[in-house]
Amino acid sequence: MNDIIRILQQNARISNNALGEMLGISAEEAAAKIKQLEDAGIIRGYSVILDDDKYDKSTVYATIELKVTPQRDCGFDDIAKTIMMYDEVESVSLMSSGAYDLAVEVKGNDLKDVAFFVSERLATIDGILSTSTHFILKKYKEKGIFIDGEEPDERGLG
Amino acid sequence: MIDYDKVLSNKIKNIKPSGIRKFFDIAGTMENVISLGVGEPDFSTPWVIRKAAIQVLERKHIVYGPNKGIEPLRNAISRRIKKKHGIEYHPQDEIIVTVGGSEAIDIALRGLIDPGDEVLVVEPCFVCYAPLVELAGGVPVSVPTRIENNFKLTVEDFSDKVTDRTKLIILPFPNNPTGAVMTREDLEPIAEFLRDTNIMVLSDEIYSELTYGRKHFSIIELEDMAERTIYVNGFSKAYAMTGWRLGYVAAPAPIISQISKIHQYGIMCSPYISQNAAVEALDSCDSEIAKMAEEYNIRRKFLVTEFNRLGLSCFNPEGAFYVFPCIKSTGLTSEEFCERLLYEEKVAAVPGSAFGESGEGYMRISYAYSLKHLMEAMKRIEKFLEKLEAEKK
Repeated sequence: MNDIIRILQQNARISNNALGEMLGISAEEAAAKIKQLEDAGIIRGYSVILDDDKYDKSTVYATIELKVTPQRDCGFDDIAKTIMMYDEVESVSLMSSGAYDLAVEVKGNDLKDVAFFVSERLATIDGILSTSTHFILKKYKEKGIFIDGEEPDERGLG
Repeated sequence: MIDYDKVLSNKIKNIKPSGIRKFFDIAGTMENVISLGVGEPDFSTPWVIRKAAIQVLERKHIVYGPNKGIEPLRNAISRRIKKKHGIEYHPQDEIIVTVGGSEAIDIALRGLIDPGDEVLVVEPCFVCYAPLVELAGGVPVSVPTRIENNFKLTVEDFSDKVTDRTKLIILPFPNNPTGAVMTREDLEPIAEFLRDTNIMVLSDEIYSELTYGRKHFSIIELEDMAERTIYVNGFSKAYAMTGWRLGYVAAPAPIISQISKIHQYGIMCSPYISQNAAVEALDSCDSEIAKMAEEYNIRRKFLVTEFNRLGLSCFNPEGAFYVFPCIKSTGLTSEEFCERLLYEEKVAAVPGSAFGESGEGYMRISYAYSLKHLMEAMKRIEKFLEKLEAEKK
């Protein structure tokens, strides 16, 4: 199971055939294993990693640190679930930092878009004490894939 | 004008240049070549090792250090061999830290060979053995292994090549380029044969951490074999530390005390920064090695199945990071095949013939590359084979 995840993380679009060859099983068995992982909820989905500089230069990403008052009975879950319903939100994580509680990654069409979302949508949610917004200038690597700055292969032939 | 031809020694002029190099000089001039040629890991050296080196740079005086290597490293090497093979080499007088496995091989050969002595070189094998034997004044005697035996060495392969001048047999397993490994059962008859002789073994186990499905077995584990074996290993392949230039040789004290003179006068000592970092490698990187080996194993299975699917029969290699598919069905020699593959589909592989005559009819494919890279290479090779097929008609 370890190997199949390792391969899919490098390339989720790999054919069942090639996947089977790498695992030493048939294409059908490989497909069944993926289905198992999906059914078990271990694989939650597949996405695409873009070089936004090439696709859409104006897209803006920001990481927002949120200080939150935990709610009685459900802690941070309730607020996190409210936040993640927004389409603009790419990821929501609970942090252990002490300085802040939730880290939210937001995507917007431009700077104003993101600023508006933070001040009008996030900051106004009950229980959110403060926000601190960091705009992302450039992504070098995402989910293990190089977006920029891949080193050239300088190996010899030993 | 000075006549360099007269200046240079005949011995060195007679040494053939490496068959790998020649081929890749061409590839180097072409664009968009996808290489399957390299013999070094695509992984970076694990971070803890690099960090250890940085700390040495920051905090220590970078000195020569002891000739045979710094003590903590020799101790760690001794512990490692003990743990892996149950054989104890004394760190003080049975181990030398060398500049890569290559230097270990070189000083072992120079320490044993008198002019005219014969060395059995098990082939196909890495390109350095025969030239180093010649430089030491010896005569390399090639011992071809056969695909019928999965390129393992059998006593029948070499018993009739033994003469009263035979000093040494080189055992390069896990093997570059074939990926063949030797098990205890494979090695026992060989040890049995050697026990009655005065022939030493040079066991080059540089790929010993990279085996798939079974643990590496060393000939030193067999009865009475440690005393007639020069054990060579290093950090390049297992820890992805090629550029750090660090290997080691472990052998009985009478041999170490003599060959350490060659190391002492010719090299002095191995790089101090690398040696300190290597202690960290031996102490805390077992899980990193395992991770790399798992990744190699996925690639290995992919390539073996792909080549067999494409009709280039490929036996199942159990070690190193190479597959060695047979290209005889195409009717081309390995050199022709690899040259056309390079020019027509821009895939660089090494012809099997570069590793000895018994490698003719094969090519060496390295899988020290990402899966993405390997999948693209296989696509191109498939296209090339379809083209060859069409030509036949």
